[in-house]
Amino acid sequence: MRLTLKVCRQKDAASAPTWETIEATGLSDGMSFLEMLDVVNDRLTLEGRDPIAFDSDCREGVCGCCALVINGSPHGGHRGTTVCQLHLRHFRDGETVVLEPWRAQAFPVIKDLIVDRGALDRIMQAGGFVSVNTGGAPDGNAMPIAKAAADRAMDAAVCIGCGACVAACKNASAMLFVGAKVSHLALLPQGRVERDRRALAMVQAMDEAGFGGCTVTGACAAVCPKEISLECIARLNREYGLAMLKGE
Amino acid sequence: MRLDAQIPPGPIAQKWDQHKLAVRLVSPSNRRKYEVLVVGTGLAGASAAATLAELGYGVSCFCYQDSPRRAHSIAAQGGINAAKNYRNDGDSIERLFRDTVRGGDFRAREANVYRLAQVSGAIIDQCVAQGVPFARDYGGLLENRSFGGAQVSRTFYARGQTGQQLLLGAYQALCRQVAAGGVRMYPRTEMLDVVVVGGHAKGIVVRDLVSGRISAHAADAVVLATGGYGNVFFLSTNSFGANVTATWRAHKRGAAFANPCFTQIHPTCIPVSGEHQSKLTLMSESLRNDGRVWVPQRREDCGRDPGTIAEADRDYYLERKYPSYGNLAPRDIASRAAKEVCDEGRGVGPGGLGVYLDFAEALRRLGVEKIRERYGNLFAMYERITGEDAYRAPMRIYPAVHYTMGGLWVDYNLMSTLPGLFVLGEANFSDHGANRLGASGLMQGLADGYFILPCTIGHYFASQASPRPPADHPEFRRAEEEVAGRLGRLLAIRGRRTVTSFHRELGRLMWERCGMARDEAGLRAALARIPAMREEFWGNVRVNGVPRELNQTLEHAGRVADFLEFAELLCRDALHRGESCGGHFRTEFQTEDGEARRDDGRFAYVAAWEHRGEGQEPELHREPLEYREIALSARSYK
Repeated sequence: MRLTLKVCRQKDAASAPTWETIEATGLSDGMSFLEMLDVVNDRLTLEGRDPIAFDSDCREGVCGCCALVINGSPHGGHRGTTVCQLHLRHFRDGETVVLEPWRAQAFPVIKDLIVDRGALDRIMQAGGFVSVNTGGAPDGNAMPIAKAAADRAMDAAVCIGCGACVAACKNASAMLFVGAKVSHLALLPQGRVERDRRALAMVQAMDEAGFGGCTVTGACAAVCPKEISLECIARLNREYGLAMLKGE
Repeated sequence: MRLDAQIPPGPIAQKWDQHKLAVRLVSPSNRRKYEVLVVGTGLAGASAAATLAELGYGVSCFCYQDSPRRAHSIAAQGGINAAKNYRNDGDSIERLFRDTVRGGDFRAREANVYRLAQVSGAIIDQCVAQGVPFARDYGGLLENRSFGGAQVSRTFYARGQTGQQLLLGAYQALCRQVAAGGVRMYPRTEMLDVVVVGGHAKGIVVRDLVSGRISAHAADAVVLATGGYGNVFFLSTNSFGANVTATWRAHKRGAAFANPCFTQIHPTCIPVSGEHQSKLTLMSESLRNDGRVWVPQRREDCGRDPGTIAEADRDYYLERKYPSYGNLAPRDIASRAAKEVCDEGRGVGPGGLGVYLDFAEALRRLGVEKIRERYGNLFAMYERITGEDAYRAPMRIYPAVHYTMGGLWVDYNLMSTLPGLFVLGEANFSDHGANRLGASGLMQGLADGYFILPCTIGHYFASQASPRPPADHPEFRRAEEEVAGRLGRLLAIRGRRTVTSFHRELGRLMWERCGMARDEAGLRAALARIPAMREEFWGNVRVNGVPRELNQTLEHAGRVADFLEFAELLCRDALHRGESCGGHFRTEFQTEDGEARRDDGRFAYVAAWEHRGEGQEPELHREPLEYREIALSARSYK
């Protein structure tokens, strides 16, 4: 199997991006997409060329490192699948595949397909936590939590922070990311104490980082590899609105 | 080098409490004067960094990933053990302690394991308070499931993403401290050396992976929470970037490396599919709660559609050999049993390297919905990778390298033989002996980070620590230059082989000679081959580019260079340990029915290796293991 890669390459943050066409040969359909890039990179290295820089780590869909736009779609457009779990059996022999980095003002390109997603950490630092120190926690069963609430909180908590939602959004909004964390914590009694402050602070940090506003097109939820629901954005709007009304 | 485990006196149940009373404290107003460097942001590192900052210490925290949330603890699936006895099934601290010592095949330190069991309950409480969405029953209370090596249900879980949720809890606590100014976070930064001043660890040298800049950080203590070395086998369930560099560099600066041959092969991974494979994916051990492991009775049936093989023609070999634990036999035993049936030619799938994990019976008993609720994400993952639907046909699984019980030697205070260097989580050796039980890795990482180190590090500051040297101390400059020189050498080779090809070759050698079963001839062959491979690497590896840039090949080359040194110590340890125990199976030492034959007379000790300089043989130090609470006995899961 072979593919033709059209890769958006950029030497470093200060350089301008260029397009490069690279042939990928000797592939098999059982390989993962990233393993295909490993093979290409080994060849480029032996030819004395600069290998394609891309992020990946766990390669099992949970660390959130990998971040490629494939043919215009973050993570390649397969439902519930990160790039690292995408296999070549989904591509046609001889197909041309276009590779780009996440594109958003808040995610500056570092090199080739690697972007700086530090803005997501800064949003979390603004309020994505419960303020408990290690030590004085009550017994884990001291506070019963309805199974349905715990399950819904878990549905939101599975976000891997990859940023595909931002990359897919025409406004480069991080509302699904923020909504997922605000939902996870607001659905649980432990997180309710700080819910108002959290919603306000995280939204403010999101705006300051340069993410755009949300126009609810749903592109984010469509590409989310963890299938986080748009409900999270609705809940974030509600949490934020209530906090504003309370004048926190 | 003298090994003093610093185990407190007194009855085992009171050791930790008495130790907490006996240690010297640092007063709250003095804590801010102490700087701690925490390397790694998995469960152990993130929880330690957050907790130390909460106490008021100045913390700098480093990880090679772009965010601390991406450390590989995130990939742990099944759960975390705690002796809560919420199920009323007879669990207790004592029982968790006994299960863990026995599961570790009597090669762990009793006092450490008891303490681990003691703090296990507080970990669950802490995580619940952080908002970790553990599974709950309809009454709203915490749910549990069973894991291998235990006959009680003590494993807490969050679907198949327990590690993710626990790590995000610790990461969020860390985020809170970053915002409060207690932690300075350095993502995309890799530690490449430890700096020793006056016999104490006083700093580290790091490389900024974006700019390539090398710099030194000075501190009062260094904490390594950098995970295990499973990637020495190239193919493992570890993340792509996981490496031995931090612990290996510390070892070369004076920290003894303990029991490196204790490596865990996990029984339930997705089998290897092709030669370009870059990693193996684990399927949680929790699947063995409801899945039944089998292979065909007859070799000629191996190629057949499993659905057409009659019950009578199947061999549920774990249930047959270990009737009381059945499919929940500990990991080392289940892995070896899978290897045996495949060696007999009864393996299934490509190359005959696989066994079935069958849910048909559970699907009939519980229904599709219940199974989907328990394991839905695992079934989906299996389908993404293999293209097969496990609701219809059994999964195919095979053992893969997963966890490393060995690591830097630490005393009861989690301090290595290099004073001021503390080691937490998988990076140390202390609690799992020769085999880790499922759901105990998360427990240990968080115990070390939330509860143990924050107590013991203060004692070090108050009693032994020397003043913090300035960051322009000549030792820092020297270490920086050494690191830069090494990177320069890698770039200057411009050879004809890729880093990956060396890593793959080393991994294959280790898997064949020092994997699930080992013998003297094979280990000697590996020990002869590794130095030659290392020589070829340093003469023929190809790394392009320059040091002062983002250069992923250079990063990988540095890690593989360290694996090529470390692999030798691993094989040497495996060769010296003339017994079979836990994850270390020497074919010369087995019973007539193929079970491991431990030799407590000769090997009931921790093997701690001291680095004696380049080209010198390492020196073996022995820490005798005494079992006062649990009588040494052969493990039996029959």
